[in-house]
Amino acid sequence: MSERTLQAVDDAATVGEPILNIAIFLAFVVVTLYITFRASRNNRTAADYYAAGRTITGSQNGLAIAGDYLSAASFLGIAGAIAVYGYDGFLFSIGFLVAWLVALLLVAELLRNTGKYTMADVLAFRMRQGPVRTAAAVSTLVVSLFYLLAQMAGAGGLVSLLLGVSGSGAEAAVVIVVGGLMIVYVLVGGMRGTTWVQIIKASLLMVGALIMTVWVLARFGFNLSSLFGSAADVSASAATPRDVLAPGAQYGATATSQLDFVSLGLALVLGTAGLPHVLMRFYTVPTAKDARKSVVWAIWLIGVFYLFSLILGYGAGALVGADTILASPGAVNSAAPLLAFELGGTALLGVISAVAFATILAVVAGLTITASASFAHDIYASVIKKGVKTDSSGVNEVKVARITACVIGGIAIVLGILALQAGLNIAFLVALAFAIAASANLPTILYTLFWKNFTTQGAVWSIYGGLIVCVGLIIFSPVVSGAPVNPATGLSPSLFQDVDFHFFPLNNPGIVSIPVSFFLGWLGTKLSKERPNVEKYGELEVRSLTGIGAEKAIYH
Amino acid sequence: MTEQAERQTLTPEQYLEAQNSPEFAELRRRFRRFAFPLTVVFLAWYLLYVLLSTYASDFMSRELFGNVNIGIALGLLQFVSTFVITMLYARHANKNTDPIADKIRDELEGRPDV
Repeated sequence: MSERTLQAVDDAATVGEPILNIAIFLAFVVVTLYITFRASRNNRTAADYYAAGRTITGSQNGLAIAGDYLSAASFLGIAGAIAVYGYDGFLFSIGFLVAWLVALLLVAELLRNTGKYTMADVLAFRMRQGPVRTAAAVSTLVVSLFYLLAQMAGAGGLVSLLLGVSGSGAEAAVVIVVGGLMIVYVLVGGMRGTTWVQIIKASLLMVGALIMTVWVLARFGFNLSSLFGSAADVSASAATPRDVLAPGAQYGATATSQLDFVSLGLALVLGTAGLPHVLMRFYTVPTAKDARKSVVWAIWLIGVFYLFSLILGYGAGALVGADTILASPGAVNSAAPLLAFELGGTALLGVISAVAFATILAVVAGLTITASASFAHDIYASVIKKGVKTDSSGVNEVKVARITACVIGGIAIVLGILALQAGLNIAFLVALAFAIAASANLPTILYTLFWKNFTTQGAVWSIYGGLIVCVGLIIFSPVVSGAPVNPATGLSPSLFQDVDFHFFPLNNPGIVSIPVSFFLGWLGTKLSKERPNVEKYGELEVRSLTGIGAEKAIYH
Repeated sequence: MTEQAERQTLTPEQYLEAQNSPEFAELRRRFRRFAFPLTVVFLAWYLLYVLLSTYASDFMSRELFGNVNIGIALGLLQFVSTFVITMLYARHANKNTDPIADKIRDELEGRPDV
C-alpha cells in the first residue's frame, strides 16, 4: 500500500489537482460539443436523428458500441470489484463479454434487416402494432431509466473524489451539469452527434487503459504471476482479509449468495442482446454485413478492455490496497483513479478522471436518445397517431423525440440526485438493468425472429410478465429493504433503512424472471385465440436473412 | 440530399413464395445449423464456468503455474473462446450465408412485379 496515496486521501478527501481534472474534462466537452454542432448540420430527417442516416461504418460503430457499453460501471466498477474482491469481480467482466455472442449470432444482423429505428420495430413487425409497440416502448423506457439512474448516481459519486467538491449540494450540481450537457448533445447532435461522442470517448478509454495496463505490468516485471501474488499478499493482510485469487470473496458466504451469483451470471449473459440502447446502434450502419462487422469490432474492443481491467484491478489491489480504496470517498469505484494517481501522479489522474466523466456523459447521451426515440417513434407516431403518413420525413416525430429527450433528461437528473443520496451502488444498478432487459426483451426478440407460431398475446405476456416479475422481485428483495445492517457503517445496504418488507432472498432476480418470461411467451401463444400471422412471418424471415427491403443509408 | 432509394416492396405472396423456395431453405439451414448449436455450446461452457466458480471453489483455487489458478485460467479461456467463436462466425457468414443471401435478394429485387 502506498504512503503517498494514503496521505493524499487523508489530507483532503480528494486526490490530485481538481483544477487540472476540470480543465481536461472541459477540453473534452468543448471538442465533443464542436463535433456535435458540426454533425447537426446534416440532421434533416428522422433517419438522421435516430440512426445517423445509417452512414456509420462497421468499425466506427464497433467503437461507438464499445463506447456505449463500457459505462462507468464497467470501467470503474469492474476494476474496483477486482481490486477489492478479486475473482468475483473478474466473473462480472466475463459475463458482460460472452453476452455479445448472443447479439452477434442471433440478433444484430436480423434486427438491422427488419427494423427501422427502435427495438419495437422488430418486436411489433408481425404482431398487432398497438399492444406490442406499447409494451416494447414501456420496457425500453424502464430499462433505459434504470441504466440512466446508475450512470447519473455514478457521476455524482465520483465528484467528491475527482473534482474536489463535496457535500450533497455540490454532488447534485454535478448531476445537473452532466444531465444538462447530455440533453444538449442529444438535442443538437441527434444520433450522429451522440455516435461521435461515443467514438471519441471509447478511443480515449482504450488508450488510457492501455497506458495504465502497461505501466502496472512494468512495475511487476511483466510477470502476471507476481502481480497476482502481490495482490493476494496485500489483501490477505488487509483489515478484512480476502483471498482475491479464489472465487467466492464477495458471493461465496452462504447458499443464498451463491445462488445470487448464478442468477447474476445468467442476467449478465442474456441481458446485453436485450438492451435497447445497444440494439438501436445496429440501425446506424448501412447494411446487415456492417452490423456484423460492428459487433466483431465491439467484441474485440470490449474483450481487450476487460483484459486490461483484470490487470488494473489486481494492480490497484496490489499497489493501492483494498483498505485505502474502501476508505476513499468513491469507495470501490475509486480503485482505477487511485491507481492512476499512484502510477502517474496528478497528470495521469487528471486524464483518467476526465475519461471517467466522458464515459458517463457519452453513455447517458446514448440512453437518452434511445428512450426518446422509443417514445416518439413507438408511442407517439405509431400508437397515438396510428402511423398516419402525413409526416413522411418524420419532422414532427423528431420534434416529439426532442421534447421527450428534455423530459427524460429532467427525470434522470431528479432520480440521479435521489439515487446518489440513497448511496446506491452503480455496478449493482446496472446489473439490475441487465436483468430487466433479459427478462422483458430477450425472450420476445428470440421468439419473434425464430418461432413461426408466436402471437401478439405471447409477446405481450412475455414483455409485461417479464417486466413485472423482474421489477416486482427487485422491490421485494434485499436491494430495497431488509438487508442485514453492516456492523462497520451501522447502515443497511438496502435502499430503505429500518423497514423490512422483503420476501425474495436474492438481489438479482434473473434466475426466476428470465425463465418465467420465456414460459409466459410460450403460454400466451398457446392460449391465444388468434392465429399467428403466417404471411408477416414469411416477410420477416425472408427480410431478416436476405436483407431485401432493408432500410437504406442516406448520404447527403 | 439525395432521395432515399425507393424501397423494394414485395407482395405477401412473393414473400411466401421466396420463403418456400429451396434456395431460401438452404440459406436458413446454413444459418441455423451454425448459429444455434454454437449458441448452446458457448452458453453451456459459460454456465459451467459460473457453476464451477460458485460451487467448486476449491477446485478453481488449485494453482496451475505460479499464482495462476484453474479459475483464472478458465476465465481467460472464456475470453479466448469468445474471440474464436466471433471469428468462426464471421468467416462462416462471409463464406456460406452471404453469397446465397445476396443471390436471393438480387433475384427478388430484379422482379418487382411478377
